Parts: sequence; structure tokens; C-alpha cells
Amino acid sequence: MTAEIILFWLFAFLTCAGAILVAVSQNVVRMAFSLVLTLGSTAVLFLLLGADFVGATQLLVYVGGTLVLLVFGVMLTATGPFTRIKSSPADAILSGLIGVVFLFIVASTVTAVPWVDSEDGNDISQKIKIGTHTKSAEGGFNPAQQGNTTRPLGLSFLSLRADRDLKLGLPSELSAESNTAPVVPGASVVMPGVTPPPKSSVPPSTGYLLPFEIVSVHLLVVLVGAAYLARTKRRATT
Amino acid sequence: MEPTPDKFLFISAVLFVCGVVCMTTKRNGIGILMGVELVLNAANLNFITFSRFTPLGLDGQVFSLFVIVLAAAEAAVALAIALNFYNNHLTIDVDRGDELHG
Repeated sequence: MTAEIILFWLFAFLTCAGAILVAVSQNVVRMAFSLVLTLGSTAVLFLLLGADFVGATQLLVYVGGTLVLLVFGVMLTATGPFTRIKSSPADAILSGLIGVVFLFIVASTVTAVPWVDSEDGNDISQKIKIGTHTKSAEGGFNPAQQGNTTRPLGLSFLSLRADRDLKLGLPSELSAESNTAPVVPGASVVMPGVTPPPKSSVPPSTGYLLPFEIVSVHLLVVLVGAAYLARTKRRATT
Repeated sequence: MEPTPDKFLFISAVLFVCGVVCMTTKRNGIGILMGVELVLNAANLNFITFSRFTPLGLDGQVFSLFVIVLAAAEAAVALAIALNFYNNHLTIDVDRGDELHG
């Protein structure tokens, strides 16, 4: 029992318990607190899976931003200090039953899948242990100060795949080929005597510059629209 | 006892089912939003799990970052709509929103 296994089971239990409390509770304020518990524990699970930047973003954006927004919504729409809008007991029992059946279907499907690698047939859960460093830690960066994934994520948002392309040595190979190749117009066919390019020289992987820009503009438009929708105005019914 | 991928996927399944049950049973509009957040978190956990245990690599983490940003945008717009609903109906009970005329 290493520390990673103990942490995994502790935060897995906290995640599931918080999620069930969110679904069961009828009090909105308690639901918000249970959601804080669930999202924070999920952030710890992300950190255990080696996704340090995503875990930190989950804590900062989700728990610190989105959930505070939800709590403000609860405060602005509550007519009393402890607002309860109950659903009928028959509906609660029926939905709980359907939820248990649904969970059984999904969980049995997930646990029935054999997690083997398609190339060598090994169990992938035995190949990569929790808590050990991933492949991206070997990239020559400084994992003690920057984490394992921060710099590759930032480069991928700039359409540069450090985890795939730089390891293949593609830019140096391509530049070497373009320097030494004879400049012949229309020489796209492979001439005899010229060795074909090696098999590893696939075209460079595409990054995420365009989706990043799209999501940035989308977030700006959404925030402007939210500010327009939620502006104070005279109530029409009074 | 080792944390294998199916254990993470089981946690994700629990999150997803709880989110769906929360979305379908709550009559409070903010509660429905919380169910949506649970479902999006289940998707994020699946992305991170597959990015760790499969050759998916960094793509799963990039997409989970996009999901986080889109969830923040969705929460902002839905909360503005909920506030407008509260201004018009003086309650947040979504069963009261069954009329289309303003």
C-alpha cells in the first residue's frame, strides 16, 4: 500500500460520495457544497493521473470560478435562507431505480472491456503504473519546476506538438533534407539512387491553435451575452 | 487494489449517472446546472484516464481543457437565463416555466 493507492481510494470515495449527495439532497446549498467536494476530489484524481496542469485548472476555474458563480446564483434566486423545492417521493423513487439500473449497465460494460494494448497484447494497466512519471517527463524539460505537462500543453496550443514531433526529430530531418536535396523543378518523383524518406517521417502532427482561438472568441462572446442577459431591468409583472 | 483504468472509468460512470439523475429529478434550475457540471466532469475524467493509459497522449488533456472552458461559458449563460426566469416568475422552479409568451 503505497501513498498513491491510499490517496486514490480516499479521493475516489470522496468523489462518488459527493456525487451521490448532489443527486440525493434536496437543499440547494448542500448540493453546492457536495459539488465542491466532488470537483476538488476529481482534481486530485487528475493529479494522480499525471495531468498536473489540468488538475490545477480544475481547481482554479471549476472550484474557484464556476462553482462560485453557481453559489451566487443560489443566493440571488433563493426566497428564503434554506430554499427547498421538493420533487414528489414517487418521482424520486422511480428516478433512483432508473439511475441504479443505468449505473449497472454502464459499469458492467466498462469492467467487461479487456484493457490490453492492441500492438503487443500487454495489459496497459500493468504497463503504466500510477504515480510514476509518464513519457512526457523524459522530454528534457524541468519537471521539478514546471510539471510534466505544462510546457507540452502550451506548445500544443501554439500548434507545436512537443510530445510527438520533437521526439521524432522531424524538424531537423526535414530541414536537412531540404538543404541537401538538389533543386530540380518537378522532381517530386523518387529518382533511382535516391533513398526514400524513412518511415518515421510522417507529416508533423497538427496542434490546437485554431480550436484555441475559437474557444477564446467563444468565451468572450458568451460573457458579453451573459452580461446582456442578466442586466437589471424593470420587472414586467409588477 | 492498483488503480487500473476500469476503476477510474467506474468513478466516471458514477459521476455521469448521478449527473443525469440530478438533471432529471431536480425542480430547482440551479440544481439542473449542477447536474450538467457533474456530467461534464465525468467526461473530463474519462479523457484524462485515456490520455494516461492509452496512446492518446496529450490530446485528452487538451480536450479536457476545452471542456472546462466550455463548462464555464455554459454556466455563465445558463445562470443569466435563470436570473431572468427568476425576475419574471419570482421562483426558480422549472415546472413553472411552461408558458411561452413573455
